[in-house]
Amino acid sequence: MANYSIFALGRNALQRHRHWPRVWRSPKPRPSYDAIIVGGGGHGLATAYYLAKQHGMDNIAVLEKGWIGGGNTGRNTTIVRSNYLNPESAAIYDHALNLWQGLSQELNFNVMFSPRGVINLAHDHHEARELRRRIYANQLAGVDAEWVTPTQLRALCPILNLDPGMRYPILGGTLQRRGGVARHDAVAWGYARAADRLGVDIIQNCEVTGMTINDGRVEGVQTSQGEILAPRVGVVAAGHSSVLAAMAGLRLPLESHPLQALVSEPVKPIMPTVVMSNKVHAYMSQSDKGELVIGAGIDGYNSYAQRGSLPVIEETIRAIVELFPITSRLKMMRQWAGIVDVCPDASPIISATPVEGLFFNCGWGTGGFKATPGSGHLFAHTLAKGEAHPINAPFALERFYSGALVAEHGAAAVAH
Amino acid sequence: MLLISCPWCGDRSEEEFSCGGEAHIVRPVTPQDMDDQAWGDYVFMRRNEKGVHFERWRHGNGCGRWFNVARSTVTHEILAIYQVGDDRPEVPE
Ligand SMILES: Cc1cc2nc3c(=O)[nH]c(=O)nc-3n(C[C@H](O)[C@H](O)[C@H](O)COP(=O)(O)OP(=O)(O)OC[C@H]3O[C@@H](n4cnc5c(N)ncnc54)[C@H](O)[C@@H]3O)c2cc1C
Ligand SMILES: [Zn+2]
Repeated sequence: MANYSIFALGRNALQRHRHWPRVWRSPKPRPSYDAIIVGGGGHGLATAYYLAKQHGMDNIAVLEKGWIGGGNTGRNTTIVRSNYLNPESAAIYDHALNLWQGLSQELNFNVMFSPRGVINLAHDHHEARELRRRIYANQLAGVDAEWVTPTQLRALCPILNLDPGMRYPILGGTLQRRGGVARHDAVAWGYARAADRLGVDIIQNCEVTGMTINDGRVEGVQTSQGEILAPRVGVVAAGHSSVLAAMAGLRLPLESHPLQALVSEPVKPIMPTVVMSNKVHAYMSQSDKGELVIGAGIDGYNSYAQRGSLPVIEETIRAIVELFPITSRLKMMRQWAGIVDVCPDASPIISATPVEGLFFNCGWGTGGFKATPGSGHLFAHTLAKGEAHPINAPFALERFYSGALVAEHGAAAVAH
Repeated sequence: MLLISCPWCGDRSEEEFSCGGEAHIVRPVTPQDMDDQAWGDYVFMRRNEKGVHFERWRHGNGCGRWFNVARSTVTHEILAIYQVGDDRPEVPE
């Protein structure tokens, strides 16, 4: 398959774009593979890509019950940053951020990574102290972070309401300049295309319905397209992780909740960066199409319904209008939800399980898009070697028995 | 949006309530005999059912009392409302 380039674009333009080749194959599943990835979101596809690319495993398949990227990968608000509190988190998210920087070249697919900066606002003195503490922790961990004053904020984001008479006045904020946004679908498609070119079978409309386990070892999975055997199975199913764990007789420390987002009608560029506020619980950026992309919170109860409740977005919109008064007359075009897998310490799980050969990569909850390249890279290592990479070792299931949690509620619970 | 029938106050909007997560997790009776595995399972592991979920709710902006709800996590239909301490009610799958 040809590489994408300016020449390919020119050639195809002359042919009126009628002859672009298909981007990945649509193979029938083979009876067995060396490894199976369950879940064709960004994380699953990235895992497959790095398994093939870095560990030479090309006899592998990604099984996706719907279409690739149709889960949270295609539903998220695409914020990428690495300014988490604990050194373990800074390491894993910054590992991903470093991979983002060269990802379009690596995949020969434009993932439109745009490091336009990510701002977290402080609205009271306690929050300002907490955020400064996080800045210091980030700097110690080698992650770029700086404090910005209201005057600097006016220059960075002119539409922000800096009126000191606001109900929750803005006292300043943190800025991670290397953070930004990327195009979510392109991440799924780019990894899928690159993995497919390395021989990975990407099988859509293939729902895993059961696991074949004998003597504590996984031997394969049952699917809507028949049984498929493999000595290694990696589950990357986000909101459905607990459902897959139950097929193997396991429980996980996860709860599934709907997380909502909405976009406005497109407008001219007004929002040059990403702004988030934990306090009033809202965040916003602007897509290249001009839509304002607005993120809300999770519903307070377990749900697999993939549609959130109205009170949650009402609260978000109230906050957005207060923070950005210019939005008060904007029409909202679409609203949707994804089912996120919320973990008690707001950190992910990349882990072996009591079932030999069965691994899980989950618990990314409201904030795993930013981790996609790093998560795939580390999970591929874990699957190929049968043991954790040093960066993901602290994120094993073990921590719920040892007590060594990686608590990231300040950095992850509201901000994504 | 959920309409939840508080056993004491009747039908109220979901905004008046908060969900306390999975019900029927029994506090260990002999904690001194428990190992790390048992504690981890008790504190953190959840069924996170796709289907009927038995869960605790509290009418925080009302009478303030706790009760249990059997609810589908797929359709959000409330199948039963019952007292804390009662057994799981029979509900259609
Ligand atoms: C509204 C919203 C906003 C968000 N905003 C951000 C953000 O700004 N920044 C950020 O970093 N993160 C954000 N996130 C979180 C982020 O989207 C996720 O953490 C991340 O995309 C998870 O990727 P994934 O590949 O693991 O999951 P998914 O993309 O959900 O992929 C899992 C796949 O598994 C498949 N699957 C499930 N069950 C089965 C089965 N039985 N058999 C086969 N396949 C199955 C699903 O169909 C799905 O395609 C947001 C999420 C939402 C919902
Ligand atoms: Zn009541």
